[in-house]
Amino acid sequence: MRTQAKLGLFLLLSPLLLWLTLLILIPHVDMLLVSLRERIGVGQYQTSLANYFTFFSEPLYLRTFVRTAVMSIMATAITLLIAFPVSYYIAKMARGRVRSALFLLCLVPFWVSELVRTFGWMILLRETGVISKLLQYLNLTDGPVELLYNDAAIMVGLVYTSMLFMVVPLVTTLESLPDEVIEAGYDLGGNGLSVLREIVIPHAMPGIVSGCIVVFMLSLGNYLTPTMLGGKDSLWFTELIYSQFIVRFNWELGAAFGFMLLILSSTIVWGMLKLTGQSLEKTMG
Amino acid sequence: MTPDLECLNLVKKFGATTAVDNVSFDVPPGSFFSILGPSGCGKTTIMRMIAGFLDPSSGDIKIRDRSVLNTPPNKRPVNMVFQHLALFPMMTIAENIGYGLRRNGLPKPEIARKVDEALERIGLPGIGNRKVDELSGGQKQRVAIARCMVLEPDVLLLDEPLGALDLKLRERMKVELKALQAAFDTTFVYITHDQSEALVMSDQIAVMNHGRFEQIGTGRELYYRPDSAFVAGFVGDSNRWAGEITRVDGDGLEIRTDSGLLLRGASHGRVLSVGEKAQIFVRPEAIRIAHDAGELDHFDNRMTGRVTSLLFNGAASRIIVQDPEGREEIEVNLPQSGEFAGLARGAEVQIGWSGAQGNCFAAGGH
Repeated sequence: MRTQAKLGLFLLLSPLLLWLTLLILIPHVDMLLVSLRERIGVGQYQTSLANYFTFFSEPLYLRTFVRTAVMSIMATAITLLIAFPVSYYIAKMARGRVRSALFLLCLVPFWVSELVRTFGWMILLRETGVISKLLQYLNLTDGPVELLYNDAAIMVGLVYTSMLFMVVPLVTTLESLPDEVIEAGYDLGGNGLSVLREIVIPHAMPGIVSGCIVVFMLSLGNYLTPTMLGGKDSLWFTELIYSQFIVRFNWELGAAFGFMLLILSSTIVWGMLKLTGQSLEKTMG
Repeated sequence: MTPDLECLNLVKKFGATTAVDNVSFDVPPGSFFSILGPSGCGKTTIMRMIAGFLDPSSGDIKIRDRSVLNTPPNKRPVNMVFQHLALFPMMTIAENIGYGLRRNGLPKPEIARKVDEALERIGLPGIGNRKVDELSGGQKQRVAIARCMVLEPDVLLLDEPLGALDLKLRERMKVELKALQAAFDTTFVYITHDQSEALVMSDQIAVMNHGRFEQIGTGRELYYRPDSAFVAGFVGDSNRWAGEITRVDGDGLEIRTDSGLLLRGASHGRVLSVGEKAQIFVRPEAIRIAHDAGELDHFDNRMTGRVTSLLFNGAASRIIVQDPEGREEIEVNLPQSGEFAGLARGAEVQIGWSGAQGNCFAAGGH
């Protein structure tokens, strides 16, 4: 009986264990090993930190790294600012069918692939695009305007792509806040702002943090949006990794970059949790 | 003395339905006023209008003689204890109680002093640093009241706050609430669908049905002298028969029930005439039971009946007696003095009650 139970448990866990080892553990261990080796001749390698030194000594790499982090944090903050009122409306003010319809609207963009979604933005923003044409038609500008290939375009694309991942956890946590508690906040003398600050936001904190973590990681690891919407000066760190692996065929440096990205995202997520006094169990459970 | 709270011709319509239909009442200072009614009768709507979460369609609400219709909820001198208490789970007990004081911009030391005082008052000193979910149901209840009372409101509204508690605790909280009201000396307006809560605690009770007040009075008045068939049926238990009035003689009258039983009742000032359809309500505890018909000589309703069921429920035990012709079943309180301990199903008993205990109302309505 005992052994049977153990076998059952093992069988139940095996897909998860396989997934963890094969797709996460082994690639990462291998990547770490690759990143720690230096090519000294044809087919000759030695263990060293040379790839990491290259990363820190080349300003382009470092600048792109920091820029990617800062832009991702900004994208997360903007997504939160836009998603919070939307989620509040869906969770607390909309009723019945309006609520489902609004929720569906957040989901609709995800019915097509990210590539198509990004092309959509290109159609809107490019020099001969819809917005540029409209501005010219309304005589607001003299000539065509290029709205594509800059940081703002990247930001728009990132926020748009991440919206749903912020709205879902926010709606879930806000829904669990009883209307009564909000009313009690007003009844005892609070105004809109203080109720928001003292009651709604503290209650929604786990949702805010988990939404932010997901959005931040998605932005940081995004490849398509920055590549297509960004210009020559708006390099994203994932593009550097891609070019090391595929264009330059320098897997060693690419692996080091990958590891730096992993360290960066872990550090920032950890910092975010510490700053808000939340724990990973509380936000993800 | 000006009443603490005054509602004048209050009406609230939601689309085509009228939730509150022309309700007027006033609550004198320092009293415990209850609104009692079945769910959906509009009592919560009244409460929310007083608190300011709903605007009345017409009518006026005055607190200490000042209309509050244009005052938002956070500026009204009323506070509310919500049905599920609505304590702020993200704050400690002290922060919960101090919330309103912080909103009023009181200095920190004063807030701390007032919070301590309030905790002392509700008999829970020193729990300020605990979390809301560490408290028991009864303690949360008291904290919810203290959170409102530190603001010294003119009127405290309570929206069925005992509903979520278990029976034993509810019984204890009834007494405690009444004591807290006396201690704080504040006007309480309490809404409930539980008649025992209303009867035990209130100075005045308004019985509400379909958006209207059926009767306002003390618990005693509602119980013994109901003004309408609804109140007679809703407050306390009653035997209830429909029939036709066959004789009127001053306040007393005679009614023949639909199944042919002839009973004596009283109109208590209501206008009823011979031939009119009417309902008669007799409380089970108003009916005396005896082994010997001679003991019941002074009652004008007397009959011999057969016990069809024994409903044992401790002090509230009852028997169901069928009249000799088997037309009606009558619920009778069974005294637990031991005299009828041997009573069994099928036994023959004498029952009787005075005609004044049979409240008659014209039929129709409810």
